[in-house]
Amino acid sequence: MMPHANPQPPPPPRRGAGELEAAVLSVLWEAGRALSPGEVQQALTGQAGAPELSYSTVVTILSRLHAKQALERRRDGRAFRYVPVADEAGLAARRLAAMLDKEPDRQAVLSRFVADLSGSDEQLLRGLLGDGGQEGG
Amino acid sequence: MGLVVYLPLALPALFAPFAGPLAARLDPVHATWLLTGAAVALAGCSTLALGLLAAAAAVRIPLVASLGHWSLPVLGPDSPPGLAVALLAGILLGVAALTVSGFAIRRYKALASAYREARCLPGRGQTVVVADEAADAYALPGRPGRIVVTAGMLAALDEPGRAALLAHEQAHLAGFHYLFTTAARLAATASPLLRPAARAVEYTVERWADERAATVVGDRRLVAQAIGRAALAAKANRPRRATPDALGAVFSGTRTRAHARAGPVPRRVAALLAPPPPRRLVLLTAVIALVALAGICALIAANDLQDLLSLANTHHHH
Repeated sequence: MMPHANPQPPPPPRRGAGELEAAVLSVLWEAGRALSPGEVQQALTGQAGAPELSYSTVVTILSRLHAKQALERRRDGRAFRYVPVADEAGLAARRLAAMLDKEPDRQAVLSRFVADLSGSDEQLLRGLLGDGGQEGG
Repeated sequence: MGLVVYLPLALPALFAPFAGPLAARLDPVHATWLLTGAAVALAGCSTLALGLLAAAAAVRIPLVASLGHWSLPVLGPDSPPGLAVALLAGILLGVAALTVSGFAIRRYKALASAYREARCLPGRGQTVVVADEAADAYALPGRPGRIVVTAGMLAALDEPGRAALLAHEQAHLAGFHYLFTTAARLAATASPLLRPAARAVEYTVERWADERAATVVGDRRLVAQAIGRAALAAKANRPRRATPDALGAVFSGTRTRAHARAGPVPRRVAALLAPPPPRRLVLLTAVIALVALAGICALIAANDLQDLLSLANTHHHH
């Protein structure tokens, strides 16, 4: 029912670590099932113009994402299979929340729609909205 | 340089108590520009005055006087300000320099991370809906800025309410409101007496966005309801967040006296339920006159010091 942010097409290939992580994540989102590192590598190499990634690089990226709690992994024989913890938007939300905690001044640069209410604010607000809009108080 | 140098230091204290009432009475666009401009100008003038007080003493130090080729007898050993006042001014100036640079670095980092985040958010549209049940919505400054709305917030609002929310956040981005709040905070960091003015600007940009949203959706009452519902939904979902103290008391006539200790959300709702604020040119003019007075005093003081120094310099050569 909500217009969730659409799953994005894989981002254009660039070499930054963040970009590689994003590319790996989008492969897993699109797959919609748990993938082994080999399958991830295959999917990445299939992308037009994608950088050639070695198996060990893919494993490194997957473990890094797992350490960041963006991926879950299940043992499958001798290797792991990886699956995203949440959809893309959920991940964005978690990342934002993590950043909110880190930077004290961040609250100040976000223009939040509504500030927190105190108990008396809540009563006052209910009074204002309930009185039929005759007057401001 | 007589008493005139102290006036720019006193004017922020005179101005601060009026910041809240001005924010409540003026048209929010006027109020934002006026309060931000006044805060920055008053902070600048009082910092200049501190610098002049410190400099007037510094040039009387024999080594400095000889470096500047100023005649010590002409400068006079004990003309006002006294050494204690000058020392205090110097210390205050140093503290202000430290806190201002600390603030500037923190705010720069926060803005840089907001820009980065705005760029990295999924999708290409301005608005990003995140699958979070807690009701929350905010605008992230960036190039372009983005609007983040949680699924919980969308669920709490009806369709016109969502339109009001989006118009409100778009007004923040289009008006570069974070620049106003940052400038006012910077002024209040340099001159802590101006803190009420910085808080007032943080309130007036919300009012600005509210009034803009009311224009876009064409109904002030509807925007008031959307704000109220959103705030109640956010509170219901987030009991863990600490509630801040009531923002600076506002006492603007009989209508809002009941809300003197109210937080920003009830005050915004009350303002939207009341008729639109009129344009009050007398108040605008009064504040501009006050700021001009500070500026003139600081300039006179600076000019006095300069005259004294050039006189001392002439005598040094004779």
